[in-house]
Amino acid sequence: MAIKKKKMAKKVVKKKVTKKKVAKKVTKKKVAKKVTKKKVAKKVTKKKVAKKVTKKKVAKKVTKKKVVVKKGQTPAEYDKVLFKTILEVVRKTSTEMPDDVQKVILKALATEAKATTAEYAMDIIAKNIEIARTKSQPICQDTGTLIFNIYHPVGFNQGKFSKIVKKAVVKATEMGYLRQNSVDTLTGENKGMNIGLGHPVMNFHEHNKKGLDVKLILKGGGSENMSIQYSLPNVPLNAGRDLDGVRKVILDGLVKAQGKGCGPGILGICIGSDRGEGYHHAKEQFLRTMDDISPVKELAALEKDIVESANKLGIGPMGFGGKTTLLGCKICVMNRLPASYFVSISYMCWASRRQGAAVKADGSIGKWLY
Amino acid sequence: MSENIVKLDYPYKREEIRALKVGDTVLITGKMFTGRDAVHKYIHDGNPVPVDLNNQIIYHCGPVVVENSDGSYEIKAAGPTTSIREEPYEWEVMRDHGIVGVIGKGGMGAKTLAACQEYGCVYFHAIGGAAQVLAEKIKSVDNVYLKEIVGSPEAIWEMSVVEFPVVVTMDSHGNSLHDEVLKHSQEVFADLIK
Repeated sequence: MAIKKKKMAKKVVKKKVTKKKVAKKVTKKKVAKKVTKKKVAKKVTKKKVAKKVTKKKVAKKVTKKKVVVKKGQTPAEYDKVLFKTILEVVRKTSTEMPDDVQKVILKALATEAKATTAEYAMDIIAKNIEIARTKSQPICQDTGTLIFNIYHPVGFNQGKFSKIVKKAVVKATEMGYLRQNSVDTLTGENKGMNIGLGHPVMNFHEHNKKGLDVKLILKGGGSENMSIQYSLPNVPLNAGRDLDGVRKVILDGLVKAQGKGCGPGILGICIGSDRGEGYHHAKEQFLRTMDDISPVKELAALEKDIVESANKLGIGPMGFGGKTTLLGCKICVMNRLPASYFVSISYMCWASRRQGAAVKADGSIGKWLY
Repeated sequence: MSENIVKLDYPYKREEIRALKVGDTVLITGKMFTGRDAVHKYIHDGNPVPVDLNNQIIYHCGPVVVENSDGSYEIKAAGPTTSIREEPYEWEVMRDHGIVGVIGKGGMGAKTLAACQEYGCVYFHAIGGAAQVLAEKIKSVDNVYLKEIVGSPEAIWEMSVVEFPVVVTMDSHGNSLHDEVLKHSQEVFADLIK
């Protein structure tokens, strides 16, 4: 009991200290808030006055405040246009294979030996891409986890944007561009809307440009299940904390995946970082085009070596046996702790669905990014 | 791939199934029932199966389905899902419900392979991700079961297909293409990391 009391006493002291700190912070904040309030108050009065005068002036004021809203467009109008833009990004990502991925797939089809099941599989894949595009229907029925990457200017309203994205995702699901894919993990309930705890994934990045870029990846569940993380050194593989060790575990991960992740696949890899961020950065690699080569010399060499070595394994499309086991490999590196050396390998199926749009000031699509 | 493409028509007969060999390309015409994770667990837990699966084919698939205003269903996309997740259950379904085939992707394990041999069943591999090519082969959606309980992608969809393309990767004679490819790739891998 005595010991407990001591501990309690310590805690109390700690709490007091924290309180003091908090108090200090609060005072600072209060001062700050007061200043802001004054500013806000001024702004509000200006706005009110403006509203009373004419509608046009309000619009002008909005333009001044937010760079993204076009002159003469109300915020509600902007939201409507942006909703359509996001819906179109989802539709295009789910139904149209990016040109660079399609090119690599057609090359693989030409590589496989004639009259083999590997060629048969690649032929069906190539046909599938064409039908999906023509019919504007999902390339794969597993429309996956929606991972949005949003690159926005300073002062961007992320909360408001998130609401519009969710509305567009619900609509895309109703229209059959997305499968009803979001399940309550505890109850198993599927509300059929693709939104819920953690869905869709939205990664916001602030950039020093005026424009807004919205990129989307659809990451299927079958391939996600084949993703794997290694901690080096790995004794069974005799893989140490160097690039040779990294190479060994990557190839081991591919042998383990065999045909289960809808091969021929693409690997996104992060060397270093922690477990959570490692997978995060590994998945970010899928934003790179197939012809993109790492600017780091050693990594560029490893990317090339992994693809060449993987295609000697004979696993082939769907694991039927054949020449093409891997379509591409993209690797990044992050710092690590002295204690850790992670290799995080994200497996992407052949249906690597990625698209992005540069959004214009009025919320419409400026150009496609892939 | 064998030189000849084998046609398998409904009603499926056990002797036709027994004649199939690993590597055969098969075009299936007739009936199939989708069933994936939730359905297999539901059956395993002892719940009554709402359809007679005797001499039928189960397709590991969670399709994208849109319900039309007239109450009919339209399949928008319907490729296979990874089969290995049903490994704990599939042999029981073969034993207790008399299915003749399973369609999926990625192959299955030793329990399923043994059950294929014992009960006269095959594993057909469809092309993963080829949701549009495969959806085009579905000519009608005839019924749906358990949708209210397990949700749309997990429900049992009864469908009629025409020339649905698959490859036999596990036959009823104990052969598995997946075992062969795994063994070969492990040997190459050992060489590559020497």
